[in-house]
Amino acid sequence: MRRITQHPILDIPERGRLTFFYNGQPMEAREGDTIAAALTDQGIRVFRETHKRHEPRGLFCAVGQCTDCIMVVNGRPNVRACVTRVEAGMRVETQRGLGENADENI
Amino acid sequence: MKTYDVIVVGAGPAGLGAAIESGKAGASVLLADENDQPGGQLFKQIHKFFGSHDHYAGTRGFQIGQQLLEEAARAHVEIRLSTRVWGIFEDGTVSACTEDESFRCRGTWLILATGATENSLVFPGNTLPGVITAGAAQTMVNLRHVRPGSRAVVVGSGNVGLIVSYQLLQAGMDVAAILEAAPQVTGYAVHAGKVRRAGVPVLCSHTVLEARGERELEEVVVAQVDGQFRLIPGTEEVIQADTLCISVGLTPRWELAALCGCKMDFCGPLGGRLPLHSETLETTCPHVLVAGDLSGIEEASTALDEGRLAGVHAAAALGLLSTAESAEREREIQSRIAALRQGAFGRKRQTSKEQIWSRYHQHQGGGL
Repeated sequence: MRRITQHPILDIPERGRLTFFYNGQPMEAREGDTIAAALTDQGIRVFRETHKRHEPRGLFCAVGQCTDCIMVVNGRPNVRACVTRVEAGMRVETQRGLGENADENI
Repeated sequence: MKTYDVIVVGAGPAGLGAAIESGKAGASVLLADENDQPGGQLFKQIHKFFGSHDHYAGTRGFQIGQQLLEEAARAHVEIRLSTRVWGIFEDGTVSACTEDESFRCRGTWLILATGATENSLVFPGNTLPGVITAGAAQTMVNLRHVRPGSRAVVVGSGNVGLIVSYQLLQAGMDVAAILEAAPQVTGYAVHAGKVRRAGVPVLCSHTVLEARGERELEEVVVAQVDGQFRLIPGTEEVIQADTLCISVGLTPRWELAALCGCKMDFCGPLGGRLPLHSETLETTCPHVLVAGDLSGIEEASTALDEGRLAGVHAAAALGLLSTAESAEREREIQSRIAALRQGAFGRKRQTSKEQIWSRYHQHQGGGL
């Protein structure tokens, strides 16, 4: 667990818990977590694999600019894990290539 | 189509400053931001700011952010979040979209405060999960309250690299080393002192050669460079780390300004490509102003005051402030900005800004 509970400057309030699904498995997150934060807390840092060389990719800029952290969320590909808040019951999956809905021949 | 006196793009310190000043003067203001929270990067700044009382010295970034949001509410600024401005047309029409809808609106004045993007570095392994920007590490620990890893190497000893290193320690991470390609630390001595006292080695004349790991970052290969930044063979060293933070400067987010048709320029010390602008933040496009990191990379305090200056300029042009009122307000803000551009670090920015202003006036005087 990588969650910060105590901090010398920041007041870190306790937040409610929720369950989402990561590659089909139930996983716990806190209310208000981004998908990237929830996965990072659980030690998961590979969010997708590239289209041609199947290289692992994960978080890079964390502010929605670089789009390196995109995942398949509730069946929709290319969702930025760093700026999308996780919700109860949300289905989050590792994105392989361009995502299942995309034209793989691109 | 809804019409506003002023549309501000970007709700960081510059955009908030602009929206507050024009709103306070009585302008109807729309402040749009693509993020789901306002404040830009202010809320992840947990260190105390420097300078005088006028520059919020001794106040932490997130507290300044809170004060600005209250000021914006008092100035009746309409803030639209999760709203991305993607188009600006010659007649002042602005196209924006949210997750669910696309809409258009029109602004008599447009103030662009789109901020900056962190620069990356090219080296083998730079795409491995675990290699992130320093800002990303800061976002994770200070806003998301999750550590991106357990042991970090930081590349770059500018203020961002130094401050983020210290904040990673505060979050409970180890910082194995800070690498700096230059022969000396490039950030403020006070920040460097803090990380050194905490036991973090700052390795000058060092750079990253490679990031290694099977599926994620496991180790970083570093090496020494000479005065011309050439690798010194035989100095390679391996540092175990699961996080590599890149902190090698920022580039203005100039896309919307270029889309507007603003004449662009290049200035290395201010971050590279940026829109040509005047002392009062006018661009070569009538009714389009810029402020903050978009008009040259500086600090949050400077961005805020540049935004305020742009807001005053727009309010005066709209006839909401008398010439005397706006002149006094502009003098006051400009003297604060001038104070921020003093000293060994500030002077370079001041000189660079003067070059941009002078090129702006040349361009305008030359009748295109």
